[in-house]
Amino acid sequence: MQTLKKKLTEQVLRTSGVNVRKCMRCGKCSGSCPSYDEMDYHPHQFVYMVERGDVDALMKSNYRCLSCMACVERCPRGVAPAKLIEAIRLMVVRQQGQNHLKADQIPALLDKDLPQQAIVSAFRKYSK
Amino acid sequence: MQKIGVFVCHCGTNVAGTVDVNAVAEALKNEPGVIISTDYPYMCSETGQNIIKNAVRENGLTGAVICSCSPRMHEVTFRKAATAAGLNPYMLEIANIREQCSWIHKDMPTGTAKAIVLGKAAIAKVNLNVPLTSGESPVTKRALVIGGGIAGIQTALDIAEAGFEVDIVEKSPTIGGKMAQMDKTFPTLDCAACILTPKMVEAAQHENIKIYAYSEVTEVKGFVGSFTVKIKRKARYVKENICTGCGDCTKKCPQKKIPDEFNLGMNNRSAIYIPFAQAVPKVATIDPEHCTMLKTSKCGICAKVCTANAIDYTQQDEYIEEKYGAIVAATGYNPITLENFDEFAYSRSPDVVTSLEYERILNAAGPTDGKLVRPSDGVHPKTIVFIQCVGSRDTSGCGKQYCSKVCCMYTAKHAMLTREKYPDTDVYVFYIDVRTAGKNFDEFYRRAVEDYDVHYIKGMVGKVAPMADGKLMVQASDLILNEQLHIYADMVVLATAIEPDKSARSLATMLTASMDTNDFFTEAHAKLRPVESPTAGIFLSGTCQGPKDIPETVSQAGAAAVKVIGLLAKNKLTCNPCVAHSDEQLCNGCSSCEKVCPYGAISYSDKEFRMPGRTTAVRRVASVNAAVCQGCGACTVTCPSGAMDLNGFSNRQIMAEVDAICR
Amino acid sequence: MQINEKNEFTPNIVAFCCNWCSYAGADLAGNNRLNYPADVKIIRVPCSCRVNPMFILRAFQKGADGVIICGCHPGDCHYTTGNYYARRRLTMLFSMLDFLGIDRGRTRVEWVSAAEGAKFAATMNDFVETVTNLGENKRLGDLRCRK
Repeated sequence: MQTLKKKLTEQVLRTSGVNVRKCMRCGKCSGSCPSYDEMDYHPHQFVYMVERGDVDALMKSNYRCLSCMACVERCPRGVAPAKLIEAIRLMVVRQQGQNHLKADQIPALLDKDLPQQAIVSAFRKYSK
Repeated sequence: MQKIGVFVCHCGTNVAGTVDVNAVAEALKNEPGVIISTDYPYMCSETGQNIIKNAVRENGLTGAVICSCSPRMHEVTFRKAATAAGLNPYMLEIANIREQCSWIHKDMPTGTAKAIVLGKAAIAKVNLNVPLTSGESPVTKRALVIGGGIAGIQTALDIAEAGFEVDIVEKSPTIGGKMAQMDKTFPTLDCAACILTPKMVEAAQHENIKIYAYSEVTEVKGFVGSFTVKIKRKARYVKENICTGCGDCTKKCPQKKIPDEFNLGMNNRSAIYIPFAQAVPKVATIDPEHCTMLKTSKCGICAKVCTANAIDYTQQDEYIEEKYGAIVAATGYNPITLENFDEFAYSRSPDVVTSLEYERILNAAGPTDGKLVRPSDGVHPKTIVFIQCVGSRDTSGCGKQYCSKVCCMYTAKHAMLTREKYPDTDVYVFYIDVRTAGKNFDEFYRRAVEDYDVHYIKGMVGKVAPMADGKLMVQASDLILNEQLHIYADMVVLATAIEPDKSARSLATMLTASMDTNDFFTEAHAKLRPVESPTAGIFLSGTCQGPKDIPETVSQAGAAAVKVIGLLAKNKLTCNPCVAHSDEQLCNGCSSCEKVCPYGAISYSDKEFRMPGRTTAVRRVASVNAAVCQGCGACTVTCPSGAMDLNGFSNRQIMAEVDAICR
Repeated sequence: MQINEKNEFTPNIVAFCCNWCSYAGADLAGNNRLNYPADVKIIRVPCSCRVNPMFILRAFQKGADGVIICGCHPGDCHYTTGNYYARRRLTMLFSMLDFLGIDRGRTRVEWVSAAEGAKFAATMNDFVETVTNLGENKRLGDLRCRK
């Protein structure tokens, strides 16, 4: 689980091109954010969360960001929190492919009374 | 042929442990030019030095090679010994067989072989050495201080007290600088004018100090100990030695709508003006951009009103030339302009002010006579928001990368002064970090929080939006509570970054002093030589070298003064003899060398040379000023004719070393 | 060319070190008793900008197998601009050596500060290894200079 977290964090940093260590925790991004009150995690927080590797929580809750880029414009260190959100959203889209049914998962799901045809059609439907 | 003596040091067992010193002495005995070769356990000791001295005297040695520790250790020691024995100190070379041989290689045969090679290289070099003598240059016992703020004034006072003449050149009509614009200074809350004006008066009255106000330096020639400086004394259109500073002209001048620079444009002055009541010199100045008489030849009221007859509309800029031994740069700072920070609405609302503007508002002699009122409607503000770090610590390109150092303290000061005088006004400070590193500084800021109830909030302001009802909506983040705040303020004060004065860059070029990318003067060594520029004879005082507060400025001003005094106390300066020199016969005057010299040590002159057929021709040739040249050798490689060479590290000497190593 | 007792080739390396930073760094390496091969012999110059490309060519002509020039880090030159000139000149020299067919591994520029004794030793170790693998410098060696 640790290595998955590391891989996800690396992917976010690589896709977004953001250097999260430049953040000086000033909070100007959060001060400029128009949808601050709607968010679960705010711009100043998610920069720190990515640095710490808490990417999972962000993958579940990043939809209130309007991509207005005010934080990118105002950040005195050029950290660009909105770019991190974009990268995380991209990762979520790519991860969708991971919840498909795979061939080697089938034996565990089998019921001995299930007809063969049902197995084949289910696999066809859930592996897209 | 030289008569060289070789002295191999054992350095106890430091060398002798891994290098066979006897074998080295034996092997080097046969080198060309060597007449004696010996070894001894401790060459740097008194006995060892006596061996060298006796050998020089008894054998009439003309050169010496010491195989020992690094020249960075004992070159000076052995050179002194040589001088004592009557041998020119520059006829001595050191082969480093300790730090760069015996301490590195543990295998004795390998170490010995390398020590012999290094010895051979040193001998080959000494065979080509020529005696060098340190030159001398004179010292003019006068100093120039450029900049008349607290740094320049303090430096000048210290130098003058030591008995040397000092001139202060200040480009605005009065000395005093930024400190004259301040109200109170942290951490003591002393009135700035009360502690500055006595110093200004002392500088004006000191017999050793001459103040050239409303003047600028236009040209600097020369080198340490002998600078020649051209100063432009701008025309005030008022005779400085007659004007009494009574101020009648300023009252009667019809042009009254000119933004007053001293109050940062928050109120107006007349075309003929005295910057502030305690100005030194207390003399009026006419602003030529706005004076009706100077622009259209109609008016002349001030001349009629002046009882001393001090007005002179025909006055011209005057140029004077003076000689100095040392120059101190004390050009100070300015707050940055805020075009890149539109989010704070500075240009859209007069109630958003910079800290220096707020300082003027609080000052009893300022545009509002010390009453805290909003610039827009003169109403007393009930809520004030202070924003820190506007333009500082900014790597995005909009502002400055560095921390401006003074803002955390002065904001705490402003907050405290406001709360003390107006307990009904709410004060908020939005900060990233609070930096209070000086003596009594942290206690000062905690008093603001704990005793004066200033609301310090960790977070930054995202934007300031002027509302229709005249209030300013401040949207900011509170990072500790994790909330976004909206505060409806009556005034917003921006703690703006500070940057060096714009005149500093052209001055640095004139002085050939180094500057960094932020336009601060660089010091010779960041830790150990903070008040000297790498260019000899130029010293640094105050914020032109880096952001700092008044206590530090005064310390640095004193330090710069001491360095100047140390220089001016000498009657002559000895120059480093390992300098470049140009062979006039080979030089073609192409100027390549001048362009690469970091110190401006190379100049050209036209000289007459004999030509074939009993004629003469005048040719432009380079000459190196031995007092300024630091011996880097950049010019020697640049020279396309090979005319330029370096004493002590000549081309032939280095080639000889290369040959000896590669044999 | 040098052959040691084991009949292996050991290169002849000339190092030009600037007095203020890299020479001091070499001294520090000695102070800390770090090891690097004895094939490296150091010539002290006041600044890396004193190094004339002619010296380097002379070294190769006389039989050196590798030449390394060490100076202060850019921005830290004791004479403010010397190492910038050195950098430019040596870049041009090395591209000329490329044209002559001299392997790039035989020359190097390294910026070593007075505090970097370990870096100096590591650089020398690496450089000697590279040059040893390249073998003897036959291209620029002048037979007339062989005694």
